[in-house]
Amino acid sequence: MFSFCIEPATLPQWQWFACYLTTATHLQFYRSFGVVLVLLAITAPVALGMGMLGALALRARLWPVRLVGQGYVNLVRGVPDIVFFLFVPIALGQGIEWVLHHINCPDWEQPIRQGNDFIVCREAKVPPNNAARWVFELYAFIMAVVAFALVFGAFVANTLYGAMQAVPRAQVETAEAYGMTRGQAFRRVVMPQMWVYALPGLSNIWQILIKATPLLFLLGIQDAVYWARELGGQKTSLYAYPHPDWRMWYFLALLCFYLLLTWGSERVFARLNDRLSHGQATAAGERLRKAAA
Amino acid sequence: MKKTSLTLAAAIAMMASGAMAQDVVRIGTEGAYPPWNFINDANEVVGFEIDLGNEICRRAELTCEWVLNDWDTIIPNLVSGNYDVIMAGMSITEARSQVISFTTNYLPSDPSAYMGLADTDPSVIENGVIAVQSNTVQAGIVADGDADGLEFPTPDETISAVRNGEADAVLADKNFLAAYVEDSGGELVFLGDDLYPGDGTGAGVRQSDHELRETLTAIIEEMKEDGSLNELIVEWFGDGIAQF
Repeated sequence: MFSFCIEPATLPQWQWFACYLTTATHLQFYRSFGVVLVLLAITAPVALGMGMLGALALRARLWPVRLVGQGYVNLVRGVPDIVFFLFVPIALGQGIEWVLHHINCPDWEQPIRQGNDFIVCREAKVPPNNAARWVFELYAFIMAVVAFALVFGAFVANTLYGAMQAVPRAQVETAEAYGMTRGQAFRRVVMPQMWVYALPGLSNIWQILIKATPLLFLLGIQDAVYWARELGGQKTSLYAYPHPDWRMWYFLALLCFYLLLTWGSERVFARLNDRLSHGQATAAGERLRKAAA
Repeated sequence: MKKTSLTLAAAIAMMASGAMAQDVVRIGTEGAYPPWNFINDANEVVGFEIDLGNEICRRAELTCEWVLNDWDTIIPNLVSGNYDVIMAGMSITEARSQVISFTTNYLPSDPSAYMGLADTDPSVIENGVIAVQSNTVQAGIVADGDADGLEFPTPDETISAVRNGEADAVLADKNFLAAYVEDSGGELVFLGDDLYPGDGTGAGVRQSDHELRETLTAIIEEMKEDGSLNELIVEWFGDGIAQF
């Protein structure tokens, strides 16, 4: 990084640290915070979407749809996250390759499962065998988003379902009295009002999602926690910058990052709550009314 | 929703049909086990196995690419086809051979050793708490013995456990521990006698991948014959270790 970094062992302390903290691995460490933020930014809306679908399924009038919704919500919430994160990428990856194998290689004679091995023809490989490294990384990232969205979508579904039930029945009755259909009443009356009931639950799930991001390394993505562990561990003289076990300092940096993140999102949720409570028949809405008067 | 899923399907189909002539052999490694394989300060995967793997690929005229994978899931990802070879300081053992198959060994059966703080009584080997990395031959040895095993997912954590007193000693490959003993200036020492578990270190491939196993084995044998393998061993481990 700096021109004086050629012979690290001979440097005075401040220069040594300047060089040490700008090694390629450290730059990767700083980048990994961005990776975590991007994952959160993508996963949260996708999980919200999954959750909305799940909540609608739970409310559906057709019993098979309801059954699917209940199956999804209960199954996913019941299985430990870590099992799910190990299962989804491998099972989903194999599922996609299995389908592509049958489409692209109908003449293939060998069985796909040979003992422990899972073998598909090369046209069915996802990503293809000779794809660039970034394609593999993108693929792993998409798998991570899918795994996170599946797990957290189930929790969101239950929260949204509860929030929809919490909208006072009288509101829906009034809508019906105005001649709205079931769908209209849902869209115009239930949907806009349910968010304030969903918010505390959603903010819980968001905080848990933030804390679950270190599971990323299980999916082959090098996140901030992976790098903190890797860089903080003792480095012997095989490395250019040998140092004793410094994991405490690295984890302290992580602590600050995650605390800042949760503190920031607490504030955002508090403001959202104020906005959504406006004109609502809830205690918070009542307080706002009084404050304004 | 429908539109995005269609584009996604199209993207996957495009990626899948883009196969070209030369297949890439993907080699999985842990990247946390110096000097076998580790990530240096320039964020490159380096080590004995990286040099060896690249040399094997050059001689076999294969295009190779290194993939980092957590140690605990390194075998499941091989058998499900996420990479084709494991070169990660993996000892050839009976139990692993039931799931994957190994090439001929590229390191002779190398010693495992106990390491502890300087004033540790060697009897802890029999009755103390021994730190090991999970899913290793050393973890198997400790599980079969009388001492209490304390398992960690990464090799680095086993060393920390000894330093902070959580474990009395660590059992690991001696060549991995050697650098820590040297750097510690007398704080860390080897305890007791060395052990020689396993049949050496080899590259793991899928059991159905006969062709690749044969290719790799042939080149490793060739490198044993012409002495280039020994040169690599000396370069990374020094001349104090068993050669071919």
